[in-house]
Amino acid sequence: MFESLQTKLNAVFDKLAARGRLTEQDVDVALREVRLALLEADVNFRVVKQLVARVRERAIGAEVMQSLTPAQQVVKIVHSELLQTLGEPARLDLSGPSPHVVMLVGLQGSGKTTTAAKLALSLRKNQNKRALLVAADTYRPAAVTQLEVLGKQIDTPVHSEGTKVPPPEIVRHALQRGREGAFDVIILDTAGRLQISEEMMRELEQIKALAKPQEILLVADAMTGQEAVNVAKGFHERVNVTGLILTKVDGDARGGAAISMREVTGVPIKYLATGEKLDGLEPFHPDRLATRILGMGDMLTLIERAGETVDKADAERMSRKLVKGEFNLEDFLGQLQQIKKMGPLTQLLDMIPGMGRMAQDLAPDVTDKQFRQIEAIINSMTPQERRDPKLLNGSRKRRVAKGSGSSVMEVNDLLNQFRQMQRMMKQMSSGGRGMRGILDMFR
Amino acid sequence: MFGLFRKTPAQQAEDEARIQASLSKTRQGFFGRIGSLFQANEVTDDTWDELEELLIQSDLGINAATALVERLRSRVRKENIKRAEDVRAALRDELLKLLAHPPLTNIDEPRMLTVVLIVGVNGSGKTTSIAKLARYYRARGKRVVLAAADTFRAAAIDQLKIWGERTGVDVIAQAPGADPGAVVYDAIRASQESRKADLLIIDTAGRLHTKYNLMKELEKVHAVCARQVHAAPHETLLVLDATTGQNAISQARHFKEAVQITGIILTKLDSTAKGGIVFAIEEELGVPVRFVGTGEKAEDFAEFDPRAFVDAILAA
Repeated sequence: MFESLQTKLNAVFDKLAARGRLTEQDVDVALREVRLALLEADVNFRVVKQLVARVRERAIGAEVMQSLTPAQQVVKIVHSELLQTLGEPARLDLSGPSPHVVMLVGLQGSGKTTTAAKLALSLRKNQNKRALLVAADTYRPAAVTQLEVLGKQIDTPVHSEGTKVPPPEIVRHALQRGREGAFDVIILDTAGRLQISEEMMRELEQIKALAKPQEILLVADAMTGQEAVNVAKGFHERVNVTGLILTKVDGDARGGAAISMREVTGVPIKYLATGEKLDGLEPFHPDRLATRILGMGDMLTLIERAGETVDKADAERMSRKLVKGEFNLEDFLGQLQQIKKMGPLTQLLDMIPGMGRMAQDLAPDVTDKQFRQIEAIINSMTPQERRDPKLLNGSRKRRVAKGSGSSVMEVNDLLNQFRQMQRMMKQMSSGGRGMRGILDMFR
Repeated sequence: MFGLFRKTPAQQAEDEARIQASLSKTRQGFFGRIGSLFQANEVTDDTWDELEELLIQSDLGINAATALVERLRSRVRKENIKRAEDVRAALRDELLKLLAHPPLTNIDEPRMLTVVLIVGVNGSGKTTSIAKLARYYRARGKRVVLAAADTFRAAAIDQLKIWGERTGVDVIAQAPGADPGAVVYDAIRASQESRKADLLIIDTAGRLHTKYNLMKELEKVHAVCARQVHAAPHETLLVLDATTGQNAISQARHFKEAVQITGIILTKLDSTAKGGIVFAIEEELGVPVRFVGTGEKAEDFAEFDPRAFVDAILAA
């Protein structure tokens, strides 16, 4: 849906380049595009103004105006300014004696309860810490039950006292239990509230005074618009948040709100939450978020996802086969299935810079159908045929076509494509680079 | 327009008061400043720049904001408008034009069983909105049944059941993890037979519009409705958090493609958020706002009234 800033800037500078030397005014035209791109990404208006001013200062320098690739230079400057604003990734502060109290705060529907469970799981898996979840949201119907259910799913104890006990009381008891039970971390799931609700904010201050949390994390939806500034400011003024968690990052929101919130609070972004599965909590990578805000695709996530789904031993075995030119249809089928595990093809394309548009035009149905057809054809072959496609004579091809509900022509197409691929791979591996390098990405 | 006349004056006043009250913070915010912008006498180039900025600040979106300012500018030139007051009236007019749409009739039309499907991303406020909608129509004499088709999120079924008890409407549910299509099928059968309901409201799991499989699942739920009841779902409403930024357009587009949403419930209007993105959604996709949520209580809910919305926005 969004064109990348790079594409837009290319268009601007192409027009300008026809006239020869770039002037300050030319740079300003380009900066208009920068401003629009940032606004489209939901970066707050005031923050955009400051950012653009900083970019302008750097861009006016010889760097851009004499560059042969001014568009790239501008993007580079914007990217580095965004990086600077986003700051370094920070870890959860768990120094000093345990139990450490972590309090989650935020608007209704920002994802506090799910995030609380994700945090507990991540602490156990990655830092070997035992967490106690505390159900301090007595307002939203079934919020307590929700945390209890999640706690059971990740095998983590939940302290809950129903909905009749005031939240500060619940927290007081939970602290006691946390100390006695020798928990490492106590995670407080507070009710969602508006930063302008005096009564609710006072309750939050009460809980804070009581629990003295080491970390107060503002949980915010990546889809938040211009309002992010007021929300962050409101919470920060009342309880001094120590970090941010950006949720629902697996959608297609550009997440400019993160920039706004960083700018008004100055506290670091600690995690990005993705997906509804409870292992969906990632450390924050400023570089990826900056790239995403600029609409430049997300190659890193793609590569990482490949790393998650592709089995290492498999990949190594495959690369040896490739080098020797032993890659057969059975392996091909295996590869296809691995790609499928990574998600719908269109979603994958979306992450590759410049392919976003293509993903939009491609009907997911079509590509997935093609996938299925190839699978069906290969599945209709005997193991011998898969290992040695040369066996496939006319009669065998007819059988395969019949078995897979396709035509002989389609079987031939597949075989041709496969032979081409085999040839290409042999060439690449004899060149010593190429495919082996690509496969290294998957290790 | 007709939507306004159909309501009793008392109802209308009530709705207006709610929207006004909920937007009072907005009024002191940036949109409020649009009003004061025109109280200064001269209309200069700066006025236009500032106006565009303010519209963007309220999440109207760049395209909608720029287009609006352009239209307003050319209109001011053409009609030779000089007084700031008149410019403001023109702005009000343009904003209202963006929201001009046929009235909400679908739910109220007489038929055996009306089916309303509620969809949206996670955390937008679907379940709460359903409770409010149920209360709203129950108070207007409908026999309402709720279908708990969010079988995925932990405790979502419990949440709906609690609301059902509070508002006094029946909830048809199965176990967590059940097939949403099957829940809907059951709920329709029950509404038609044992419960004798005339309005069935279906709660679905929150899903990001980019999740292909989940959107397919939603299409299936939609298809189940269509198969069981003539012309159902009669309304498919997207629940949208007013604090959402530009992504709301993408949300609306994807949900429209998948299940042909017919309207929007704009929630959390009691926050400081302006909900200006609905102008962009109207302009780009032609999907109107039907209801607004203005607080946490079941009665904090009103039919969307464009005039009240725009007036509240412009009142300084």
